[in-house]
Amino acid sequence: MSFQPVKFYQTGTYTVGNRLLAPDARSVQAGELRSNSINSGHRACQGCGEALGARYAIDAAMAESNNQLIAVNATGCLEVFSTPYPESSWQVPWIHSLFGNAPAVATGVAAAMKVKGKNNVRVVAQGGDGGTTDIGFGCLSGMFERNDDVLYICYDNEAYMNTGVQRSSATPPTARTATTMPVGPEPGNVFGQGKNVPEIAMAHGIPYVATATVADLRDLEYKVRKAMKMHGARYIQIFVPCPLGWGSASHDTIRLARLAKETGMFPVFEAEHGEVTGVLKIRNKQPIEDYLKPQKRFAHLFGKHAHPEMVAHLQAIADRNIRKYGLLDEEKAHG
Amino acid sequence: MANKPFAITLKPGTSLANLTGSWRSSRPVYLNRLPPCNNACPAGENIQGWLFHAESGDYEQAWRVLVRDNPLPSVMGRVCYHPCETSCNRGQLDEAVGINSVERFLGDEAIKRGWKFDAPAASTGKKVLVVGAGPSGLSAAYHLARMGHQVEIQEAGPLAGGMMRFGIPKYRLPRDVLDAEVQRILDLGVTLKLNTKVENIEQSMQLGAFDAAFLAVGAHIGKRAMIPAGDASHIVDAVSVLRSMEGEDKPMLGRKVVVYGGGNTAIDVARTVKRMGGEPLIVYRRTRDRAPAHDFEIEEALQEGVMIKWLSTIKQAEAGEITVERMELDDKGFPQPTGEFEKLEADSVVLALGQDVDLSLLQGVPGLDVKDGVVQVTPDMMTGFPGIFAGGDMVPSERTVTVGVGHGKKAARNIDAWLRGITYVPEPKHEIATFDKLNPWYYSDADKTVRPMLDIIRRQTSFDEVQGGLDETNALFEARRCLSCGNCFECDNCYGVCPDNAVIKLGPGKGFEFNYDYCKGCGICEAECPCGSIKMVPEDI
Ligand SMILES: Cc1cc2nc3c(=O)[nH]c(=O)nc-3n(C[C@H](O)[C@H](O)[C@H](O)COP(=O)(O)OP(=O)(O)OC[C@H]3O[C@@H](n4cnc5c(N)ncnc54)[C@H](O)[C@@H]3O)c2cc1C
Ligand SMILES: Cc1ncc(C[n+]2csc(CCOP(=O)(O)OP(=O)(O)O)c2C)c(N)n1
Ligand code: SF4
Ligand code: SF4
Ligand SMILES: [Mg+2]
Repeated sequence: MSFQPVKFYQTGTYTVGNRLLAPDARSVQAGELRSNSINSGHRACQGCGEALGARYAIDAAMAESNNQLIAVNATGCLEVFSTPYPESSWQVPWIHSLFGNAPAVATGVAAAMKVKGKNNVRVVAQGGDGGTTDIGFGCLSGMFERNDDVLYICYDNEAYMNTGVQRSSATPPTARTATTMPVGPEPGNVFGQGKNVPEIAMAHGIPYVATATVADLRDLEYKVRKAMKMHGARYIQIFVPCPLGWGSASHDTIRLARLAKETGMFPVFEAEHGEVTGVLKIRNKQPIEDYLKPQKRFAHLFGKHAHPEMVAHLQAIADRNIRKYGLLDEEKAHG
Repeated sequence: MANKPFAITLKPGTSLANLTGSWRSSRPVYLNRLPPCNNACPAGENIQGWLFHAESGDYEQAWRVLVRDNPLPSVMGRVCYHPCETSCNRGQLDEAVGINSVERFLGDEAIKRGWKFDAPAASTGKKVLVVGAGPSGLSAAYHLARMGHQVEIQEAGPLAGGMMRFGIPKYRLPRDVLDAEVQRILDLGVTLKLNTKVENIEQSMQLGAFDAAFLAVGAHIGKRAMIPAGDASHIVDAVSVLRSMEGEDKPMLGRKVVVYGGGNTAIDVARTVKRMGGEPLIVYRRTRDRAPAHDFEIEEALQEGVMIKWLSTIKQAEAGEITVERMELDDKGFPQPTGEFEKLEADSVVLALGQDVDLSLLQGVPGLDVKDGVVQVTPDMMTGFPGIFAGGDMVPSERTVTVGVGHGKKAARNIDAWLRGITYVPEPKHEIATFDKLNPWYYSDADKTVRPMLDIIRRQTSFDEVQGGLDETNALFEARRCLSCGNCFECDNCYGVCPDNAVIKLGPGKGFEFNYDYCKGCGICEAECPCGSIKMVPEDI
């Protein structure tokens, strides 16, 4: 079963902490002693979802591994904004090699630890959606197929942000990027399958696959901790809005992640050995417009030369996700 | 350089060297906003403040914060019309927080556990006369005593409480509750002189060498209506009926009792008649939605079997019967006669048409301004005569217990300042924490706890209290439904959601601080603060 929010009283476990919750029921992020894996002074944009998501995830992995953790990083914003030579924000042992080889490097690090008898040292690899779903995809699939003892975390901001917002195979249909301009009869990114890496990961039958967003911290921490309790190849894709690439307000980062989940656009679920074992239900279903409108990358769908048919198509995609993963409670689905 | 490994020329450093706070064009600041409940409370209670303590189960501290403003929580928890709940932000989410029921729980808990008020401040040597021991007078006496003044209450009646005792029936306010809360005020050292009617305020002040006076004599003279009546007809006024319920001789009204009026007093009389075995019929000239009585009171009366004849006026009263005329509302909503008459059985008619103030004690006092039968006061509750203040039902007001208590508090603060030769300047009000300032996503779904009601047979035949209270578990639950509007409740959200670690957690009870060296001003903390306790303000650039 997926993460069960404590549904009680004032805020339950929706907030980061809660003075009324027993300390062990609070999140890692609520703790004064969290490891702050990415420290202040990093050069991510104002309101960067990736910086936030990475701290959430790596702090949780640190907590679960007793701080015995090595992080491998693919090229991308996360690497560039955190580590301009010779400075680094990372407060964990951290290594960067290339854009496309993070899974392979992580496999190597895990093997090295094994050889050295350091079985308590755990390995996390991380990269952007471009690094994961496109250029690093071969290495990733190999890592899955060999069931190497690595947790791979993909920070999905739906494009190649670091080089100026180019389309990736995780870019949603209709979105404007530097390479999918809003021109012609079907402006923005094309409708098509893209690449659903969580499902492809599941198809490898690996022990654990999950999705999460920066809007549901408790769920995210639960999944990272659960993954860290397991061995073998594990994959978590975290939805991290990018104010710069999406043309959204810096203060809307969490709101947009929440809307992506609440509209059904980004299904939040977990799977073990290829089978879905839990989904994070939608609390208040929202129409897709609520998610699209605050983002300039979808601006061409509205206004003077609106494309209601494309909005309807996106809505259909969200609805299909809802059906497919059972994202609505029975009563809400019919009510 | 030569000793360094290949391609490494600089020592590794930390990003802390990079003060990203310089990117900022606006900065977040913590602030307290005024919760709408506090803003709506006529007694000026810090509701969010006392709920905060109740939420952690510290009921005594909650009660202490509550009684800083209102000494009568058990009474309030029964008779207050709780405008706080009407304006509670949670009402826009599911249902308002049951503030009134938690207040009653705290008040009852205080009585059960024998909690006493904090000791008064050092004596000021000043003497204040309070006229009338109703809620307004008691509240003023309480606040003045806590400020260190010597207070004497002179009360015309045989017992303290005013309309809380001689108006509001027992089934809504049991007298042991009232007695306990009055006694606690007297325990502060307040002198109460019963059966002492002040006939002339100036004389009484001189006699007792009082430095100031607070008048709260209420409004006790039942208004009459011109009803042509035969000699044998039995017409009485509501306030006298309710007052005599407190004495030995219960009122003799007969079986068929017609109550004339549509306010809360009419409802209380009718429900009282029902409990005495009579058959009450309320006659009111307008419609239910235009009646001044609260709808829930009308509903409770109907449940108990009180009959109501809407859109009717009494034209004539004779022995054993009355004649009513059917009315129609005109397009302005005023009732107009139709010329259609009807005769109804009536052993007696009780007039519940409102009350006037008996101002005889003020005769000869220079400078007083009386308008529409009530004494005019300045915003600091002083009458036209320096040193004489007034509040409650005798001044322009909504005429509720809570307004009376609020007047008492406000007057006490101004009397205190006046006695010290200064002016009382209230603290500036914070901006209101309106619903749009909140992020309601974070509040989990939790329905309001409903207070138990006495079963209907006992409601119709006894004066037992109708509405029950909460117990400890559901009072805690109810308190925790509070959204803490505008005031940090340490949910750690800001600390968690900052992508730049620019929020410093200071530890339990101490809140948070921003680290402006690294805060980039993205505004996520403000957007994700559930309770609206953070505000972005532009930087001077
Ligand atoms: C039937 C009824 C039901 C009500 N129900 C509610 C309710 O549920 N909730 C609510 O909020 N409000 C209710 N009210 C209104 C509320 O009771 C009054 O607004 C409130 O009691 C006014 O307080 P007060 O202190 O101004 O005056 P009062 O409560 O009227 O007290 C005045 C006191 O002054 C004394 N006094 C008068 N003249 C003199 C004198 N010359 N010398 C010495 N003492 C004197 C009186 O004996 C009395 O004790 C109700 C009123 C009535 C009549
Ligand atoms: C082999 C190779 N090709 C291209 C690049 C240039 N490059 C650096 S980061 C990046 C985009 C990264 O996108 P993504 O992985 O989605 O991460 P994001 O920046 O969006 O977080 C690219 C194309 C590179 N470093 N190496
Ligand atoms: S471009 Fe996007 S992902 Fe990169 S630092 Fe800025 S907000 Fe973060
Ligand atoms: S939620 Fe709490 S603070 Fe807000 S209005 Fe209601 S009682 Fe007051
Ligand atoms: Mg990307």
